[in-house]
Amino acid sequence: MKQLEYRHVTAARGSLLFLKGGAHAALGERVSIRDKEGTIRNGQVIRTSEKMVLVQVFESTNNLDIENTWVRYLDTPFELALSPDMLGRVFNGIGEPRDSRPPIVSSVVRSVNGAPVNPAARAYPREFIQTGISTIDGLNSLIRGQKLPIFSGSGLPHNRLAAQIVRQAKLPDDASNFVIVFAAMGVSHSDTHFFQSEFESSGVLRNVVMFTNLANDPPMERLILPRTALTAAEYLAYELDHHVLVVITDMTNYAEALREVATEKGDVPSRKGYPGYLYSDLAEIYERAGRIQNRHGSITLIPILSMPSDDITHPIPDLTGYITEGQIVLSRELNSMSIYPPVNVPPSLSRLMKDGIGRDYTRDDHPRVASQLYSSYTRALEARNLASIIGSEELSQRDQSFIKFANAFENQFIQQGEDEERSIIETLDLSWELLSRLPPEELSRVTEEDIQKYHSWDSSLG
Amino acid sequence: MGKVIEVNGPLVTIQLPNIRNGEQVRIGKLGLMGEVINLREANALVQVYESTDSLQPGEHVEGLGKPLSVELGPGLLGQIFDGIQRPLKKIMELSGEQVIRGLSVAALDREQLWHFVPSANIVSGENLHGGDILGTVQETETIQHRILVPPGSQGEIIKHAPEGDYAVEEVLAHLKDAQGRVHELKMYHEWPVRTPRPYHSRTQSEQPLITGQRILDTFFPLLKGGKAAIPGPFGAGKTMVQQQIARWANADIVLYVGCGERGNELVDILETFPQLTDPHSGHPLMERTFLVANTSNMPVVAREASIYVGVTMAEYFRDQGYDVVMVADSTSRWAEALREVAGRLGQMPVEEGYPAYLASRLAAFYERAGSINTLSGDTGSVTLIGAVSPPGGDFSEPVTSHTKEIIRTFWALSKPLADARHYPAISWIESFSGYESRAKQWWADHIDPSWSHRRKQALSLLTQADELERIVNLVGPEALSSTQRWVLESANLIKDGLLQQSALDEIDSYCAPEKQFAMLEIILRFHEMGQELITLGTPVEQLTQLPDNSKIRRMKSTFGNDQSEQLQEFGNNLWEKLDKIRAEYASTSEIAR
Ligand SMILES: Nc1ncnc2c1ncn2[C@@H]1O[C@H](COP(=O)(O)OP(=O)(O)OP(=O)(O)O)[C@@H](O)[C@H]1O
Ligand SMILES: [Mg+2]
Repeated sequence: MKQLEYRHVTAARGSLLFLKGGAHAALGERVSIRDKEGTIRNGQVIRTSEKMVLVQVFESTNNLDIENTWVRYLDTPFELALSPDMLGRVFNGIGEPRDSRPPIVSSVVRSVNGAPVNPAARAYPREFIQTGISTIDGLNSLIRGQKLPIFSGSGLPHNRLAAQIVRQAKLPDDASNFVIVFAAMGVSHSDTHFFQSEFESSGVLRNVVMFTNLANDPPMERLILPRTALTAAEYLAYELDHHVLVVITDMTNYAEALREVATEKGDVPSRKGYPGYLYSDLAEIYERAGRIQNRHGSITLIPILSMPSDDITHPIPDLTGYITEGQIVLSRELNSMSIYPPVNVPPSLSRLMKDGIGRDYTRDDHPRVASQLYSSYTRALEARNLASIIGSEELSQRDQSFIKFANAFENQFIQQGEDEERSIIETLDLSWELLSRLPPEELSRVTEEDIQKYHSWDSSLG
Repeated sequence: MGKVIEVNGPLVTIQLPNIRNGEQVRIGKLGLMGEVINLREANALVQVYESTDSLQPGEHVEGLGKPLSVELGPGLLGQIFDGIQRPLKKIMELSGEQVIRGLSVAALDREQLWHFVPSANIVSGENLHGGDILGTVQETETIQHRILVPPGSQGEIIKHAPEGDYAVEEVLAHLKDAQGRVHELKMYHEWPVRTPRPYHSRTQSEQPLITGQRILDTFFPLLKGGKAAIPGPFGAGKTMVQQQIARWANADIVLYVGCGERGNELVDILETFPQLTDPHSGHPLMERTFLVANTSNMPVVAREASIYVGVTMAEYFRDQGYDVVMVADSTSRWAEALREVAGRLGQMPVEEGYPAYLASRLAAFYERAGSINTLSGDTGSVTLIGAVSPPGGDFSEPVTSHTKEIIRTFWALSKPLADARHYPAISWIESFSGYESRAKQWWADHIDPSWSHRRKQALSLLTQADELERIVNLVGPEALSSTQRWVLESANLIKDGLLQQSALDEIDSYCAPEKQFAMLEIILRFHEMGQELITLGTPVEQLTQLPDNSKIRRMKSTFGNDQSEQLQEFGNNLWEKLDKIRAEYASTSEIAR
């Protein structure tokens, strides 16, 4: 009965198709929709009752007419066929090939929605990943199994930063490479091409699975794409024992697609028209990162999102920050000073850093140095701010030395080459070199032993 | 037998004759658990605690005849439960790393035997009432579980079990009530989570909850049985403060409710607490701790339930005469779950999509905190500490603003402080405690009579400094007098030396009340002596350039809690040094005169 085709559309609006009930459609069931020309569209049941079924159509309902639309209920949720052959391939949001090669055939098939991981089954991520980037390794370390987004804005070099992370990320004493899952939603062809050639030139292309939905592809497909990509990542991590690095860009396009459907459905909006369930919906995606007990692989997730009008309190970055384990925030100001990577240090954070650095992982002084750099740099920013109000001549000697410190910090520590790879020890040594511009009594976040060991106070620099 | 009419996300419309509001139901082939929240003509609306994916209209539904309840008995401690009290470690054994839907697993292990020792008054013919202690079980090394007669049961003992090993389902006593009905008492009983458990009477608590965190204990104290909120933007440190409290608070039992937050934060506790020692009992911390977890990717409706499941278990230990602390991270996620269901019910949203009853639900939840006389004549308390996650960090949003009206201690986290990695990033300007006047007695009796006075002085220095900083930002530091500059310096000393306290510092993670006061005293005295020197003509620079400034900033991690003598000694050396400077200036000012 399930494989019957029904012609029972009662209304169509935006991406929503209203059908007569009675076919016992299951929530989340996949449907295929055939129009007059015989073209097939994909949809998903998002509400179902005896009287009415509501289907969300990924390709929109444009050009559908009520009389000539046939619907088939496929009796399964959206599923992805999984095999090692996925590596090196490109797919769309529902896992169909985009690289003119045959579809994946496999007996391993999983629902893309996954199921929530039992928190008691997780393993706490603790292994430091060296990205070679000082602002990340030194101040906001990435840990294997972490979800650490990049908060960016249009025109900022988030793609270049993500590509650099992908190229350089490794465990300090481990040669095994990451397998990469790359998911693109609503990004331009040139951005996708950038990543593709990056992967190619760094020779990792054979270890990459790409899922892409470009700017001119159907927007509703973006709602399923990250789930498809993470289903592939889970397979690679937990069944094939790979350490997987997932890059998803741009989550803002995802959230906008979600808002569009929510508005069409008439869901009660909370802030800026986004539905109240945006938090839980994003969490279903982000929480799929992590480590699991007794499984060898891991999923490290780097979502990229552009903050509308650079506003970090906008619901998309805000809710993301409430779910992820920190964030790397990019700064338009640093970017306009030609500082790459323009990492805005104060609002950036890695929550898993505290358990993955220090004596057993990087170097004993690492946590204290990071805290000290934060403290000194924010103090310096205050001084710089004060200088802009009252003029720098009015500042105390101390404040002026802080401003000099900030300039050096931005130009030497934050700033680095796009293919410059600094070891964590190099980053820490550089930190001390900069801190040595400040008098020891200003450094209360480090210990006296640290100062004796690493600090070479040179008052002529300060 | 009824059936499913409609599936709309977590909300399912069913048809089931005679179903009651609040009753639990099992739905469909998978046996999903849900709770009736609304009756409409022939239909009932059910909120389902599990994902409704793949559910179809027409699937069958069965009523369970009781509201959402929890099992209360030995075997709770050390465990982690989901939002409807299913034991997650057991579920992992049964279904692997993902939570399979429709599993029905009892909260308490049915196989495990507990050594039960009856109370002395358990003899046939004796009368027992709800809340009386039938006997005890040593649940963990730290906690003796008192087996309670369920509230509502009473009667004469007609049969009772001797000391021995029993499983929770075994009957330990039979009571016959006035109507001749016989009640079977087991080691556990059930209680509906939305009904507060009864007690004899409320008492006024005078005991501060000592957390070892200076800005909490010394500046914005909380009492046992009190209610507190920790609002703050993402990454400001709500979870860390709550974990610090769970670690160090001088409570008997700690319940950590992870409500709509990260899975890794719960694992963190599960992995680290068994290795940590409870500073008060000397036993592993996990022995007094248990968790409720509905992580952000787990079903939303169970998130709403998790808070009630938690507080009911907390009340149960309170009724045994214990001081219980429940931390809930985050109450905003609970409120959002409420909003989600209200929205789907088509209820009128009043503010930011929240239903009109948000404030009253919040108030009713916090009302379950308190210090009480138990039914058996003991005393116990439930302290509630809720994190609040305001969108965009805006404290004027509904959940924060309503919560602020209800609680008595408000630990406001500040983004600028967190950005400077000044932790705990609790703002000394926005935070408040309505319990100070009661806490001060304890501090006076146990630590020092001048505590309240010294605390006020420190706070006043901080407010003065804030004012002065505003001036500096307008006209520059030159506008300040020496005395004013010294106030700024001293306030910075308070901020860096006292308020800032890293949870990750081995020595400073927990600061005993004695040490808290000793540090406060040293900093204030340093300020006062400096002030005096400045009036005598000492330049401020001479004082700020003393290497002792950074020693004071580091004393928190230099001197352990058991090194009060060394700390004293450190102070004495400092006073000697300042006395010398004074002598110099006193003589010069003498000459000048
Ligand atoms: N008392 C503290 N000592 C040391 N570090 C801290 C402290 N408080 C917070 N931090 C640091 O700040 C990070 C963020 O803190 P936390 O996770 O508690 O924030 P939160 O307010 O709970 O955020 P969210 O709302 O997103 O859950 C921590 O991972 C830790 O690195
Ligand atoms: Mg938190």
